[in-house]
Amino acid sequence: MVRFCLRRLLTLIPVTLGVTFLLFSLLYMTPGDPALLVLGPEATEDALREFRREHGLDQPFLVRYGRFVYNAVVHQDVGRSYITHRTVASEIADAFPVTLTLSIGAIFFATLMGMIFGIICAVKQYSIFDNVAMVFAMLGIATPVFYLGILLILLFSVHLHWLPSSGFDTPAQRILPWIALSSVSLSIITRMTRSSMLEVIRSDYIRTARAKGQKETVIIVKHALRNALIPIITIIGIQFGHLLGGSILAESVFSIPGVGRLAVDAIKSRDYPVVQGAVIYLALAYVLINLLVDILYTWIDPRLRTRYR
Amino acid sequence: MDQQQRENFLEIRDLYVQYHTDTGLVKAVDGLNLSLAGGETLGLVGETGAGKTTTALAVMQLIASPPGRIAGGSIFLQGENLLKKSKEEQRHIRGGKIAMIFQDPMTSLNPVLPVQEQIAEMIRLHRKADADEVLKKARDMLSLVGIRPERGSEYPHQFSGGMKQRVVIAIALACNPTLLIADEPTTALDVTIQAQVLELMRELRQHFNTSTILISHDLGVVAELCDSVAIMYAGRIVEKADTKNLFRRPLHPYTQGLFRSVPDLTGNVRRLDTIAGLPPDPTNLPPGCCFASRCNIAEPDCSRSRPSMIEGETGHFAACFKLGKRGGV
Ligand SMILES: Nc1ncnc2c1ncn2[C@@H]1O[C@H](COP(=O)(O)OP(=O)(O)OP(=O)(O)O)[C@@H](O)[C@H]1O
Ligand SMILES: [Mg+2]
Repeated sequence: MVRFCLRRLLTLIPVTLGVTFLLFSLLYMTPGDPALLVLGPEATEDALREFRREHGLDQPFLVRYGRFVYNAVVHQDVGRSYITHRTVASEIADAFPVTLTLSIGAIFFATLMGMIFGIICAVKQYSIFDNVAMVFAMLGIATPVFYLGILLILLFSVHLHWLPSSGFDTPAQRILPWIALSSVSLSIITRMTRSSMLEVIRSDYIRTARAKGQKETVIIVKHALRNALIPIITIIGIQFGHLLGGSILAESVFSIPGVGRLAVDAIKSRDYPVVQGAVIYLALAYVLINLLVDILYTWIDPRLRTRYR
Repeated sequence: MDQQQRENFLEIRDLYVQYHTDTGLVKAVDGLNLSLAGGETLGLVGETGAGKTTTALAVMQLIASPPGRIAGGSIFLQGENLLKKSKEEQRHIRGGKIAMIFQDPMTSLNPVLPVQEQIAEMIRLHRKADADEVLKKARDMLSLVGIRPERGSEYPHQFSGGMKQRVVIAIALACNPTLLIADEPTTALDVTIQAQVLELMRELRQHFNTSTILISHDLGVVAELCDSVAIMYAGRIVEKADTKNLFRRPLHPYTQGLFRSVPDLTGNVRRLDTIAGLPPDPTNLPPGCCFASRCNIAEPDCSRSRPSMIEGETGHFAACFKLGKRGGV
């Protein structure tokens, strides 16, 4: 198990390299001169040249990439923001907890409600609850985060004045972003739980449990849910990754100072080091979540344990 | 148990079970009558699709609904109608009084629970005992069916098919059921393991003195283990007798056909006769004798109405019109 984790952690290296390389290429091809954007249109030609030289922007692509990797690996330094001059690490350290709170809250809500709804739908297949829930799940999947966010703000902030429309410090400020961000995942987890449970409920070992005279609720939780959990966990892991990415949208709509907004603002001002830092963090988080999911698999399903020795 | 109860330990009367499917109403069990005496082992034999498993599930009150439904009849166990019981009472009877060994051991165990837990669960549900006692009893059951108790903490995928079947048997017998239904307990196993499992079941039956319904395609197994045999065809019993009488002189043309389709190991060359034709479509059962279309002695009258069971010899019943007319087929 430990070796399995170490092996998986080693994959972080190529993943990070790949992500940064891709990002470097994209930024390289994006039009827009950071020097001009940072120093403003009145800057002299000399000042611009000096800025480019200082930040290595006059170097060829591969040299810039090589330097970035060298600094990151040897000095654990991913640079400073062109604009605030703070280190990227501290910029991220400020923003990351916010994003994490946002996405963990959202995935928690989506998982809890999605599994409860999914189980009820499966146990009462074709009931009114099931039909209504499936319609809402379709709507939930089809509604983009930013659109739902705006609708929620219009309804709960502008019309009803129940909840604030921006910020992320008080619990009241967190409710709308959490709902907006989790709705797609909630819908997908509900549908996955439902179909996975439906499949398991029909299996022979559930009938065996019934033949023992076991109570129906115990059968659902102890026998069925555990077996249904593998695909559900997979989906939750994938959704958590999406949420981290999707938090960019929620952060923009609700003006939340998270990594997503940091990245978007940095892209707008061509603040390359911050963009790189933000994306690397999101990529690392994604890989770590997947590792966590794989560890959860082996905990749930004994058949997988031998495979990961 | 007084005489009356011994005689009618289990009595199924006019049982109808139907499945609602896209292709129509499947009449899986269609007016079945069957009784079982206390301590008796009854073999239930029939082609695939005859409704054997459905009958067993009906006795267990485990017909999946939807699509299934018990459309009529009654099932008396020691004089009490199981179909009239509340859900809660049925739950106590299942496992406690009636236990079932399912057709496919490979899929009958929960893959994410250790096998001893799956046995312990049964004990916990029907006996008052603390955790240690339950675990000990579960491990005792394992050794009773010939599995080392230390392996109890392993998971089903770490067991061979034969061992899984033994675990399934251990679960079924854990609470000394008065009635055991074994649905083809050996068909999923290879021949040597089949023999072991059958031997085991014979021993356990003596040990616990349980009444047993043994469902099987295999006439050899039935001949060896059963006191009496019921032949099922298209959702009904068409013949019932002591094993000896039935094997010596089958009365129903279907049973006779079944015996002809068993290869004879003693004779040198013997063609394996199969019964011509197919069993009737269960969504569209004919009004008369369901076997008439495949029967070589059928008359036009046979397709008019359902034959009822006639006592051909003492204790030997068959549902055939010809039997009544000539006193024998
Ligand atoms: N869940 C179900 N839904 C629909 N039809 C079913 C269902 N279960 C059984 N049937 C139908 O009921 C009939 C009887 O099936 P059953 O399983 O009782 O047969 P069986 O005698 O046990 O056969 P086998 O020897 O193959 O196990 C068949 O026609 C089958 O197709
Ligand atoms: Mg069957």
